[in-house]
Amino acid sequence: MIVLLIGVSLLVAIGFLIAFLIAVKKGQYKDTHTPAIRVLFDENTEEKNKEENKSESN
Amino acid sequence: MHILSIEKKIEKSLLCYHCGDECSDDSIRIDDKLFCCNGCKTVYEILDQNKLCNYYNLDQAPGISPDLNFGNRFDYLDDPSTIQKLLDFKDGNISKITFHIPQMHCSSCIWLLENLYKFNSGVSTSQVDFLKKELSATFNHNKIALKDLVKLLTSIGYEPQILLESVDKKSEDKVSKRLHYRIGIAGFCFLNVMLFSFPEYLGINVTDSFLKNFFISLNLILSLPVVFFSGWEYFGSALKGLRKKIINIDFPISLGILALFGRSIFEVAAQTGSGYFDSLTGLIFFLLLGKLLQEKTYSYLNFERNYKSFFPLSVTIKIDEIEKSIPINKLMVGNRIVVRKNEIIPADSILLNGDGRIDYSFVTGESKPVGKVSGEFVYAGGRQLGSVIELEVIKDVSQSYLTQLWNNEIFNNPDKSAESYFTNFSNAVSKYFTFVILLIAFVAAGFWFQTSFATALNVFTSVLIVACPCALALSTPFTLGNATRILGRNKLYLRNTSVIEDFAKVDSIVFDKTGTITQLGKSDLIFTGNVLNSFQQKMVKSLVRNSTHPLSRKIFNSLEGEEFFPVTKFDEIPGLGITGVVYGNLLKVGSRVFIDGSVEENQLSTKIYVLINDKLLGFFSVTNSYREGIGDIIKSLAMRFKLSLLSGDNEGEKYNLMKFFNDENELHFNQSPEHKLEFVKSLQKSGTKVLMIGDGLNDAGALKQSDVGIALTEDISSFSPACDAILDASNLNLLPKFLNYSQSAIKIIYISFVISFLYNLFGLTFAIQGMLSPIIAAILMPLSSISVVLFATLSTNLVAKKMLLLDQGGK
Repeated sequence: MIVLLIGVSLLVAIGFLIAFLIAVKKGQYKDTHTPAIRVLFDENTEEKNKEENKSESN
Repeated sequence: MHILSIEKKIEKSLLCYHCGDECSDDSIRIDDKLFCCNGCKTVYEILDQNKLCNYYNLDQAPGISPDLNFGNRFDYLDDPSTIQKLLDFKDGNISKITFHIPQMHCSSCIWLLENLYKFNSGVSTSQVDFLKKELSATFNHNKIALKDLVKLLTSIGYEPQILLESVDKKSEDKVSKRLHYRIGIAGFCFLNVMLFSFPEYLGINVTDSFLKNFFISLNLILSLPVVFFSGWEYFGSALKGLRKKIINIDFPISLGILALFGRSIFEVAAQTGSGYFDSLTGLIFFLLLGKLLQEKTYSYLNFERNYKSFFPLSVTIKIDEIEKSIPINKLMVGNRIVVRKNEIIPADSILLNGDGRIDYSFVTGESKPVGKVSGEFVYAGGRQLGSVIELEVIKDVSQSYLTQLWNNEIFNNPDKSAESYFTNFSNAVSKYFTFVILLIAFVAAGFWFQTSFATALNVFTSVLIVACPCALALSTPFTLGNATRILGRNKLYLRNTSVIEDFAKVDSIVFDKTGTITQLGKSDLIFTGNVLNSFQQKMVKSLVRNSTHPLSRKIFNSLEGEEFFPVTKFDEIPGLGITGVVYGNLLKVGSRVFIDGSVEENQLSTKIYVLINDKLLGFFSVTNSYREGIGDIIKSLAMRFKLSLLSGDNEGEKYNLMKFFNDENELHFNQSPEHKLEFVKSLQKSGTKVLMIGDGLNDAGALKQSDVGIALTEDISSFSPACDAILDASNLNLLPKFLNYSQSAIKIIYISFVISFLYNLFGLTFAIQGMLSPIIAAILMPLSSISVVLFATLSTNLVAKKMLLLDQGGK
């Protein structure tokens, strides 16, 4: 029983290890600065922004 | 940033909506938005058309005024072999490329550049690496040619820097990735091994022998990838050292790892114990963490640039009145080249046509453009500021005055840092350390051999295990890594951590003059007194035009007006001033003594007085051209270091410089780039460690030759020559502190060495008696490592705080 549980726990842990290795492979640790800025951009809000833009500049 | 944007809001009516520059009038406008030039307006129109005006919402006036007159400047990008060189990847319809775009500076830039696909459907994705200022784009080359992509970027103000050596840094990426893999695997295995060793830590006697064996074999399996994958580079490095007949720090570490692993296997096989797998995996994990810290330097700053990364990829040549773009390496002596505004002159040549206004700021640090007329000789490396010029090449690119510096052997030597790796302190210690440990191991084993072979073997491996200089190996990367980080917060960016060790050994400092202790920019000369009207300005300008004195030239350049009046009765009294008559007005320009016979009270600044018709109008002062507080810095450094100054200029400033430097013999003028290099070499021959501070390409040789070369720059992302460290010019006044701090850092390393030696001694007493149990090893080894790491990190922070290096300028 214990052997099975340990086996399962190891498998779960190995899953996370693989996730980490894939993250490294995809270059997630290459640039840690830009994504932090990128996440703040709104998508497809040109029209709304244009209006805001006008009211702001008045 | 904040204050700036508020100011911009207040004066919004006057400022360009796109780039934030001041507009001369409100003639260029769309709706209620003003633009400073048509270029900015065009960009706005392009963005508006593509519904990308969100750009302006992310940051206030984020734009860059574009250079729209690119004509056929990018024609060389039609050449398939050039394209091939630049692309990262090409297949079928898909091309990938990485551009370096130094102009990007804010989140708006990122947003716009990542929305390139909205301009042209040929671009599928574009991704920015902000710190490296890089844009990687994937595009369909059948829909948009590389040339058009570059033109698109240029038209919205982001002209990519396409250079001869767009060196691919992929190998570096691989190394850093591999280190991450190694740490990931080591950390994973270490934690699991710890988990399975828990029963032992708690003293629980696992009676079930099957379960016990199960745990042990799991540990054994988990430790295999750690030793053979994660720890592999220690063996490699130790072997490499041995081949060079050097015992580096990795040698005792490898010995320790092997002893741990061998002993553990042996114990498991003989069923006498559960092995030291937890210590083994933990040891490698901590060591690798230290390595990560050491290598995490400023990879986005380029410390290896030579003239090639500054020269253009292609030049336009003219054959039979037809202009053609060719790669720069095909340029030959005798070619006629065409250099447009803002282009770099690629080789020493003679000006044939057009007005040369050439900015040599990259070469000499001097920001004032030099005027050249046809027939004159033009050095390579200058940037043409005026309109189109035609030149005839008279020297090969690599044989030009400037570029031949790179033919010097110093640039062809193997990497300096690789060398210093084997000479640094921890490696020097490890040599003796290893011998002593081996000696102790053999003596102890020999002693126990009389009683039993098994105990002797036990003792022998125990000594090697306990003596494994894990803490020793960690103290250097953690201290230097943290110190590097702190220096980085103060805008001194080191090329790698070992620079600190060299930095601490420095005992002589060489300054470059122009751009280093003098400041770049137009504020070289200020006029104090009655403001000169334009007629008076023209009169003074016409007068000083006749003098070749550097100060006269400075005044000449600072005054407005293109027309010159005839000057009669011109006279120049060396060291005092000049006089002459312009349209019946008597002009006197010179020192106080020259003007009215009185002695200048404040000797610290040079003042040039202007007297027209016996009326004193005011004076020009040049004090401002020296960096603020440079006198104090030099004085405080002079107490501890041997200082010298190298200047490419003539002796015009000698008198001013004497105020800073005590010894006249340390001032060297008229130094060519080679002279500078040779000077540093001769200093080193006399046994001193030289720190060189410079900024231009002409210092490149000296920077490379010196033990520590610091490139001073106003903007860290802009060009700087190859060096060991890049310092933001605004923090030059912290230099004495930086030197002190690096010396303290070295002291901290010494102290942590002592601490880790104490741990080793403590462990050895167990080991020699043959009493080293896995539990003691499992406690002692992480404890020593962690305490040394803590000590190194905390004390570097503490010293930095004491020196006020932590609170200021930190961002």
